[in-house]
Amino acid sequence: MSGPTPVLLGVRHHGPGSARAVTAALDQCAPSAVLIEGPPEADAIVHLAADPGMRPPVALLAHATDDPGRAAFWPFAEFSPEWVAIRWALAHDVPVRFIDLPAAHSLALNHGGRGRPSPVPAGDAPGSPDRSAGPCAAPRLDPLAALAAAAGYDDAELWWEDAVEHRRAGGRPGGDALAPFEAIAEAMGELRATFGESESESGCEGGCDGGSDAAREAHMRLKLREARREFGDGLAVVCGAWHVPALTEKRTVAVDRQALKGLPKVKPQLSWVPWTNRRLSRHSGYGAGIASPGWYGHLFHAPDRPVERWMTTVARLLREEDHPVSSAHVIEAVRLADALAAVRGRPLAGLTETTDAVRAVMCDGSDVPLALVRDRLVVGDVLGEVPEAAPATPLQRDLSRLQRTLRLKPEGRERDWELDLRKDTDAARSRLLHRLRLLGVDWGEPVCSRGGLGTFRETWRLRWEPELAVRVAEAGVWGTTVVGAATAKAESEAVGSAALAEVTALAERCLLADLPEALPVVMRVLADRAALDADVAHLAQALPALVRSVRYGDVRRTGTAALGDVATGLAERVFVGLPAACAGLDTDAAAEMRGHLDAVHQAVALLAEAAPAAPTPSKGPAGPGSSGLRGRWAGVLGVLAEREGLPGGIRGRAARLLLDDGRLAEDRAARLMGLALSVGTEPAEAAAWIEGFVGSGGSGGMLLIHDERLLALVDDWLVGVPAEAFTDVLPLLRRTFSAYDASVRRTLGELVRRGGADGGTAARGVGGAPGFGPDLDPERAAAVLPTMRLLLGLDTGGDTGGETDGGTGTDTGVGPDRDTDALTPAMARAGGAGR
Amino acid sequence: MTVPGIETEALRPHAEDAFAEELRALAAADDRPRPERWRMSPWAVATYLLGGTLSDGTVITPKYVGPRRIVEVAVTTLATDRALLLLGVPGTAKTWVSEHLAAAVSGDSTLLVQGTAGTPEEAIRYGWNYARLLAHGPSREALVPSPVMRAMAEGRTARVEELTRVPADVQDTLITILSEKTLPIPELGQEVQAVRGFNLIATANDRDRGVNELSSALRRRFNTVVLPLPATADAEVDIVARRVDQIGRSLDLPAGPEGLDEIRRVVTVFRELRDGVTADGRTKLKSPSGTLSTAEAISVVTGGLALAAHFGDGVLRAGDVAAGILGAVVRDPAADRLVWQEYLEAVVRERDGWKDFYRACREVSV
Repeated sequence: MSGPTPVLLGVRHHGPGSARAVTAALDQCAPSAVLIEGPPEADAIVHLAADPGMRPPVALLAHATDDPGRAAFWPFAEFSPEWVAIRWALAHDVPVRFIDLPAAHSLALNHGGRGRPSPVPAGDAPGSPDRSAGPCAAPRLDPLAALAAAAGYDDAELWWEDAVEHRRAGGRPGGDALAPFEAIAEAMGELRATFGESESESGCEGGCDGGSDAAREAHMRLKLREARREFGDGLAVVCGAWHVPALTEKRTVAVDRQALKGLPKVKPQLSWVPWTNRRLSRHSGYGAGIASPGWYGHLFHAPDRPVERWMTTVARLLREEDHPVSSAHVIEAVRLADALAAVRGRPLAGLTETTDAVRAVMCDGSDVPLALVRDRLVVGDVLGEVPEAAPATPLQRDLSRLQRTLRLKPEGRERDWELDLRKDTDAARSRLLHRLRLLGVDWGEPVCSRGGLGTFRETWRLRWEPELAVRVAEAGVWGTTVVGAATAKAESEAVGSAALAEVTALAERCLLADLPEALPVVMRVLADRAALDADVAHLAQALPALVRSVRYGDVRRTGTAALGDVATGLAERVFVGLPAACAGLDTDAAAEMRGHLDAVHQAVALLAEAAPAAPTPSKGPAGPGSSGLRGRWAGVLGVLAEREGLPGGIRGRAARLLLDDGRLAEDRAARLMGLALSVGTEPAEAAAWIEGFVGSGGSGGMLLIHDERLLALVDDWLVGVPAEAFTDVLPLLRRTFSAYDASVRRTLGELVRRGGADGGTAARGVGGAPGFGPDLDPERAAAVLPTMRLLLGLDTGGDTGGETDGGTGTDTGVGPDRDTDALTPAMARAGGAGR
Repeated sequence: MTVPGIETEALRPHAEDAFAEELRALAAADDRPRPERWRMSPWAVATYLLGGTLSDGTVITPKYVGPRRIVEVAVTTLATDRALLLLGVPGTAKTWVSEHLAAAVSGDSTLLVQGTAGTPEEAIRYGWNYARLLAHGPSREALVPSPVMRAMAEGRTARVEELTRVPADVQDTLITILSEKTLPIPELGQEVQAVRGFNLIATANDRDRGVNELSSALRRRFNTVVLPLPATADAEVDIVARRVDQIGRSLDLPAGPEGLDEIRRVVTVFRELRDGVTADGRTKLKSPSGTLSTAEAISVVTGGLALAAHFGDGVLRAGDVAAGILGAVVRDPAADRLVWQEYLEAVVRERDGWKDFYRACREVSV
């Protein structure tokens, strides 16, 4: 190189020390143009960085025009050297150029991460991963680690912080601001000589990067040459430290062009999008971010005494959260952090030391308040802003595309759509609307279907409001495509949800919106919440919705095996916890729990049906999964029915459910009832038992009418109640039976008057029905039979059963004015026999 | 955490005697700045606890197996003038660490106050030799100094064990000592001022916090370091196996090689229930009220070994440890039983190769 060579500023992306040094260096050498590692397509929108509406953290977003799911991000924080350089250049009216491999190539090269909001390899390939070294070298052999090891550090990050970021000398007036960069370039040159060449040849074909290092560096060299022709030699280049030696390498233009030949291409779109600190940090599962953007931001902004200022900020936060932290704590924490740094041989207390000090001094050794500090300060809540003038977000573009393909135009006036989910287009429309609802874009609102009750029909009321565009823009932080964004939003909502029921509802919505990728996360959260939720009522509440989802998923042909597993697990937990949870409830709570009991009973039945469809892994020790589930539930019900001390309503209900399932012999049920209703039992409990056993409201009464066994049991017991106890029991029974409909009560009364269903005692038979004939009137009874046959679909002589049953069991004296009333029990009787 | 056997008459020699050789070598090799009256630099103290090899080839055995960070914070705290509070569930080597810290820093781990519900103020401040007091009246000769008082006068490290068991009013006598670094003797109109090098290590039990919670005034004088349970299953299996082996030998119990699998299983159960998540990280669990410390795992396995040796075929099997585990897990008959049953049904039943264990646990659970 000859003459004034370009100033090469090798940095670590998102390093506050680097950023500070870059400012100083730029001030010192006042370049004629600034070249920055980044996609050249962004040159057109770089001026927006100076817009007052632009507030970092923001990211440059490149996505393929025809496939918004294929996207890459170049995030910038306030303390990113690149950002500092851009702002410096714009403020000094110096041209800015991006020199990295064009996004057209890097997007085309990268095939992974389609449809995901932050594809890890693409997301920061040219940005973060090579924040100090070659991106490909990191996973295999980190050249920085070699440097750090040479300096006696275990942790490469830590070494870089000590050696570069925490040095504040670069900004000292009078010092040579370029000296540190020369040293870094030299070190990187050595490293590349040792590791680099073999790495860049063998290490990069894994496609961990938008383009291989060789191609990227070739492109950077070409752009550098171009810029020198245009702006002269007084240039400054800001790029990852690893690339610095490559830029000074002497290669011919032809060789570099050769390296770029034949790279695949797509048509990219670039825009600025708001970013958050959380997404800068690596906690968000974002491959290679920085762990502590908040801390770096603090280092960048603090004019002096960073540790003292940091501790004061921490103390303020803890005080706001009602932790008693005094100034004395701050003093001690600072002292401990400094002493720790000295013991560990570091030049300045870093994040590790301050964190250790905060834990030991301010948090009483507990990690709980510390988590707060980490979340709010070390990472931080900062949300970036992008000016209005920024190009449209890819999410908006994706939505427009979907609206076109689905012929679902946004219209200002209200319009109802009937969707038949069996048709592909309609199903896709429904999915789109559900996904938008998940994203908070309430374009469509589900309304009750007019016609069918089938699950394949949905009715939506659509209306596009102008502010929905804003909602879409807001939702842009979640991803670049509707499906990707909805998935990310659902996952985040699942993680952030507080109650179990919320998560179940979310699972249902995920199924409706067909977001199979979000389901695993939702399921995991669901399983976690279920495991930790000690309230059986919550679990029991969540189970039915979940089981519904399992079945609904079947209708939609979604894979719900995982859902089934979670539901089974939930059911198991309910089984284990239910007996204990039923103890010691007051009347209201017992009534509520009885409702749960019914809901769980239904859910278990459905689940056991659905389970064989999904392959259950629990075939091993448990025996057949589904029948095992029902069997265990029956066991739980048995315990509930038998256990003393539980509320009567619950015991009665459990007994009844068992009886209905045929798992409780009649004599045993009778014994249980006898026990529950005997004089030794609290009268209120006995009434509750009856209520639980025969159900409440109208339906219970109907069951008594239709099920002779139950009526016989109640009848038997009632007859057996001694006269003196009867007055005690009467009000309780009255309470239960007065809830029945009048017609039910009346029918019931008639049944009992006629002597019950069990061939009651002769005494009752004789005296029971004054004004009625003593015997069955076959003629009149026969008049019913044609109707019965019609109802039951029996065309040939199926009437004998009905007749014998009626004849033996009852003294059916049917008076002339009782025709219609008598029909009901008779039909029921015949129906019973027909079964 | 084993003490390499040193032949002394004492059943359990003090740390500074047992590791005298290592301490001497460390002090000799140590060229870093030492706080006043410290036997070695903070760096050397950390090395003494964590183990390492010195430049002259002396191997320092690790005394504490755990994160380096914790030891560094503890040592650094002692180098400032703040007192150190070691917290942790039972069986996390609190006392062990405090003893070795004192031995390394001051060469003396015997300035010890054992905290109990009956610890009087005299144990922390000073008592009187009543014969002298009556004969000659109050004087320094009639005064019986406490370990803390002696540590202050000599610039050494004092230790208070189980601080939270000490009644609150007695605890608070430490406030003056820790903040003013002085111990007034009003009877004589005198005071004992702490000389440089004095500091105090207290240990307390996490789970006991409710017993005699430290007042915030006292708390503020301490830097708190929480000693964690072993980080990995392998480390814990290792610790348990080694301790069980030692105990087993002293009880003449045979431990077959098959025993290790059962130990691993016990450790797995303990860790999963303690952490509230299965080892594969997939399923969350409720945690029981017991501490389920490593020490308890050791006693479960030892008990199982005894059962196997005296009533079984000498090989540690699922049935031998099941009852012990149940006893360790179910401390609160209602809540913990629920936790245990859930664990059995949701985790143990489904796990390959754990059928025998499931059956054994079902047998003892009912």
